Amino acid sequence: MIPVSFDYVEATSVEHALALFAEHDDSKFLAGGHSLVPMMKLRLVSSSVLIDIGRITELSYIEDRGDHIAVGALTRHREVEGSSLLAEHLGLLAHVAGQVGDPQVRNRGTLGGSLVHGDPAADLPSAALALGASMVITGAGGTRVVPAAEFFVNFLETAVGDGELLTEIRFPKRTGDGWAYQKFNRRAMDYAIVAVAVQLGQNPGIALVNMGSTPHFASAASAALAAGSPASAVADVVVEGTEAWNDANATREYREHLARVLTIRALAQTGYTS
Amino acid sequence: MSTVSVSVTVNGELRTHEVEPRVLLVHYLRDVLRLTGTHVGCDTSNCGACTVILDGAAVKSCTVLAVQARGGEITTIEGLAAPGEPFSAVQQGFHQEHGLQCGFCTPGMIMACTALLGENPDPTEHEIRHALEGNLCRCTGYQMIVNSVRWAAEHPDGIVPESSDAASSAPSTQGAGS
Ligand SMILES: Cc1cc2nc3c(=O)[nH]c(=O)nc-3n(C[C@H](O)[C@H](O)[C@H](O)COP(=O)(O)OP(=O)(O)OC[C@H]3O[C@@H](n4cnc5c(N)ncnc54)[C@H](O)[C@@H]3O)c2cc1C
Ligand code: FES
Ligand code: FES
Repeated sequence: MIPVSFDYVEATSVEHALALFAEHDDSKFLAGGHSLVPMMKLRLVSSSVLIDIGRITELSYIEDRGDHIAVGALTRHREVEGSSLLAEHLGLLAHVAGQVGDPQVRNRGTLGGSLVHGDPAADLPSAALALGASMVITGAGGTRVVPAAEFFVNFLETAVGDGELLTEIRFPKRTGDGWAYQKFNRRAMDYAIVAVAVQLGQNPGIALVNMGSTPHFASAASAALAAGSPASAVADVVVEGTEAWNDANATREYREHLARVLTIRALAQTGYTS
Repeated sequence: MSTVSVSVTVNGELRTHEVEPRVLLVHYLRDVLRLTGTHVGCDTSNCGACTVILDGAAVKSCTVLAVQARGGEITTIEGLAAPGEPFSAVQQGFHQEHGLQCGFCTPGMIMACTALLGENPDPTEHEIRHALEGNLCRCTGYQMIVNSVRWAAEHPDGIVPESSDAASSAPSTQGAGS
C-alpha cells in the first residue's frame, strides 16, 4: 500500500509551519505520522502537500509550571510514558501514554497528533478529559486556549481549525490523588473496545473511550464522584449521554455493560470509598 | 513528480538518494538499498516484521516515510553482524534457544529485542512480552523467543560458553511450556 503522490516540506518552527500552510493549497501537517501515514496508505486520506512538523524540537518538552505541567504537542508517547515529572504529578497521563499501541508506535506517535486526530477509540484523549486539560491552539490569528471538554467536536474533528496548530497541552497537577485506567481489548496492541479513565481529587473526572463518535467526558458520573456517591451509583450513570455503536467487536449494550464494569474496577483500583 | 534528497546513515554507511516523498522507509531499504532482510508482513502497521532501529528507537518502517528518517541513523538486521562475523548476542540467543521456525518475523523480532536490551539489559519475562507487543509470530508461540532474549541478556557478549556445547546441539527448553 502506497500513498497517492504528494509534495513534502519541512517546517522548522511554529511560525514557519503556519506560513507554509498559507503558501500551499491542500496541505496537511505531519507529526509522528502514525495515524496519518496508515490512512494515506489506505488512500482514505490524501493531500497535495505534507508539512512535516515532526522536527520542530521547540514543541517537544514537559515543563513544570507550578500549578500545572505543560507538554509540547510534539512530545512523543514514549517520552510522556517515561517522564518522572509526570509520574509524580500526573500518573494517569504517563500511564495512559504507555497503553497506546506498542513500543514502536509509542516511539513515533505524538501527544498532539493523538489529540488532534480525535479518534474516539484513542487512549490519550480520555486522559486529557479526565484531567481537565487545556489545549493551546495557535493560528494565523494568534493563540487561544480551549478546555478539553470543548475540544472534541465530532468524529475525527476537533477545535483545531484548518491551518491551526495545537502547540501545547496544560494539565493541572494532581499530585497524590488516586487515578486508574481500565482498557479492555482482545490483543495487546489493539485499540480499546471500551476504556475508562478515572482521576480522583479536587475536580474528579471520568472519561470514556469508544463510547460514541467523540472521546467522551462522563459528566454525570464525574459529578457523582465529586458528590462522594458510592462506586455503584457512579457506575450507574457513567453511560449517560453516550451513543456507542455496534461493530464487529461489540454491540452497544455490551459496550455500556463494559463501561459500567470497568468503572467499578477502576474505582476499586484507586481505593475509592464514598 | 517532485523528489527530495534523503541522506541517512544505514548500518554505519552514509547513503544519499533522491526519493519521492511517498516512499516508505521499508521500501527505501528493500528496493533502493536492496537490504531485503527487513520484511513486510502486514503493511498495516500491526505485525512488526518491518521493525528497524531509527536513532536508537525501534520503529515500524512500513509506517515511516523515508523522508522522515532524513539525517537519521538506521540499523537493520544486516547491520548486526557482517557476513562471517560472530552473531550479535540477540542473534546468538535466537540460534541457541530456537527463537524461530519459518523465520519471517525474525528480522523484526531481533531488532525489537535488540532495542529492548539497549534500554533494559536484564528484562523479566513479563517485560520481554510487554516489549514485544508490536511483533507477531505465527510459528513459535513466543516462548522460545522469550527464552532467546533471556539467553542474550545472560550472555551480553553473545559468546556461547564452552561447557554448553552439548546444550547448543540440544537446545535448552527451560521455561518452555508448563
Ligand atoms: C499499529 C498502531 C496502533 C495504534 N494503537 C493505538 C492505541 O492503542 N491507542 C491510541 O490512542 N492510539 C493508537 N495509535 C495511534 C497513535 O497513537 C498515533 O500516534 C496518534 O493517533 C497520532 O499521532 P501522530 O503524532 O502520529 O500524528 P499524525 O499521524 O502525524 O497526525 C494525525 C492528524 O493530526 C494532525 N496533527 C498532528 N499534530 C498536530 C498538531 N500539533 N497541530 C495540528 N494538527 C496536528 C495531522 O495533520 C493529522 O491530521 C496506533 C497507531 C498505530 C499505527
Ligand atoms: S509490515 Fe510493518 S508492521 Fe507489518
Ligand atoms: S518464526 Fe514464523 S512467523 Fe515467527
